[in-house]
Amino acid sequence: MAYKIVASSCTGCSACEPECPNQAIVEKNGTFLIKPEKCTECIGHFDEPQCVAACPVDDTVIIDTSYPRYTAA
Amino acid sequence: MTQITAPAASSTLKPLSGIKVEVAGQAAAAGCGTSGGAGKSSCGSSAGRDEMPAEIWEKVKNHPCYSEEAHHHYARMHVAVAPACNIQCNYCNRKYDCSNESRPGVVSQKLTPDQAVKKVLAVASEIPQMTVLGIAGPGDALANPAKTFETFRQLHEKAPDIKLCLSTNGLALPDYVDEICKYNIDHVTITINMVDPDVGARIYPWIFYNHKRIHGREAAEILHERQMLGLEMLTARGVLTKVNSVLIPGINDKHLYEVNRAVKARGAFLHNIMPLISEAEHGTVFGLTGQRGPSAQELKEVQDACMGGANLMRHCRQCRADAVGLLGEDRSDEFTIDQVEQMDVVYDLGKRRAYQEKVEAQRQAQVDAKRAALADQQEDDGMKALVAVATKGQGKVNEHFGHASEFQIFEVSAANATFIGHRRVDHYCQGGWGEDDVLPSVITAINDCHAVLVAKIGACPRDELKEAGIEPVDQFAHEFIEMAALSWFKDYRERIAKGEITHTPRGDAEIRQGAYNKAA
Repeated sequence: MAYKIVASSCTGCSACEPECPNQAIVEKNGTFLIKPEKCTECIGHFDEPQCVAACPVDDTVIIDTSYPRYTAA
Repeated sequence: MTQITAPAASSTLKPLSGIKVEVAGQAAAAGCGTSGGAGKSSCGSSAGRDEMPAEIWEKVKNHPCYSEEAHHHYARMHVAVAPACNIQCNYCNRKYDCSNESRPGVVSQKLTPDQAVKKVLAVASEIPQMTVLGIAGPGDALANPAKTFETFRQLHEKAPDIKLCLSTNGLALPDYVDEICKYNIDHVTITINMVDPDVGARIYPWIFYNHKRIHGREAAEILHERQMLGLEMLTARGVLTKVNSVLIPGINDKHLYEVNRAVKARGAFLHNIMPLISEAEHGTVFGLTGQRGPSAQELKEVQDACMGGANLMRHCRQCRADAVGLLGEDRSDEFTIDQVEQMDVVYDLGKRRAYQEKVEAQRQAQVDAKRAALADQQEDDGMKALVAVATKGQGKVNEHFGHASEFQIFEVSAANATFIGHRRVDHYCQGGWGEDDVLPSVITAINDCHAVLVAKIGACPRDELKEAGIEPVDQFAHEFIEMAALSWFKDYRERIAKGEITHTPRGDAEIRQGAYNKAA
């Protein structure tokens, strides 16, 4: 799995972007999105996914179940 | 377990001893002790050039946010380059954005550092009395260090005469004190609403710190320690600090006395106690739970109790993070990115200086007028009244009652006239026609005043004001404010002495929330 950002709730504040250990977060049309192929759910980096912890709006960064769970190499 | 990397790891309020000495000396030199003949009334942010050391006066004299006197004449601007925040406050909702709204945290257009620099240079050319550039969000300046400091770096180079300042919640402050000093930023505002983590837990649901989201009391404890440490570090480096505190009735109203003592002890230059802005439609936690803001009297009571020691600021307008102009006005829609891109900007330092000399003459004239009026006054016998003033700047009674979007409030006695605050109102007069439903809200906003000084006023509002017990006064049109207020008060006392009128106490007034229509 990977995390994804619900664009309609994203305020474009950029709090998540510098926190991502994988540079998986990019800005597009004023809001941010997570490149799923780069997202590691912060496993191996931090105790909690940084984008979720930094985001000021509840339920805006959510798990994307269409991707398989990340496993550390 | 979160590590605090600071000597102030314990949550006691004891200041670092070395700093305390320096601070005590500074406060005494600023004439703000409880001793001395000047009295407490001289210790507002209205403290003037005679009341502080020359090098501090040099730093604040043209800063509208640090000097009440300057705020009548000099303008400021904020650039919204810092959208991210690292804490959540119950009075803030990051999703809300409305261009008719004036309060911190709200912004219409966020800017890149390059766009911000362009905008600053454009405004500096158009409004030469703009002397101060601040980064105040819409998030937290220091939660966006790359964008904030890139903006400062460029401006430090391209517009060296503009004072730079920033405002922060303090969580990241200790990490950036060196950087702050590097760009000669000598004014920093820290929002400090509590010094007790139990109080803090009711204001801050969480913080994001050291890669963790931390909740409740633990979060408030870390925030408190970082704020105190940051303040001490800035004081030690000679950076002037302003502490903003949001007065939240029932949560931190009495507690702000303790906050006031704690920040004074750590060398805060100015303490600004401002009312909570809370409306359900803002979607903030406080708005939704019905937490109310303070009334004018409640605000004044806390502000009065906190006077003496550190300068107390009362002229704050709780500006948007992209405000442009004098404190009471917002000209930001003249300077959108698109407009700025098309402007042909030449940064002419000489032209700015020449204009500012004129502004300085105007300001000196206001000070002289007040002195002259005061020379004529009698001994203070304790009788006081509040007067509302319609002004559009330059320190004069020069605004039409119906065109005023705010009234400045002065407390006047036989011995002095002191600025104590402002009240926002909706424009009563739109295109020449008085709006009947607006007038009652204007009266509610200045209901604690005995008189309202205006340049001009229509017959209809004049009668209704009289009926509400507020005297409309237009004979001081275009005079300097303090002089006008003192003259009116002298006349008022003479009428009382003659038995023509009786002096009766006024009621409380309501602080108008949020809604601030740009000058129509």
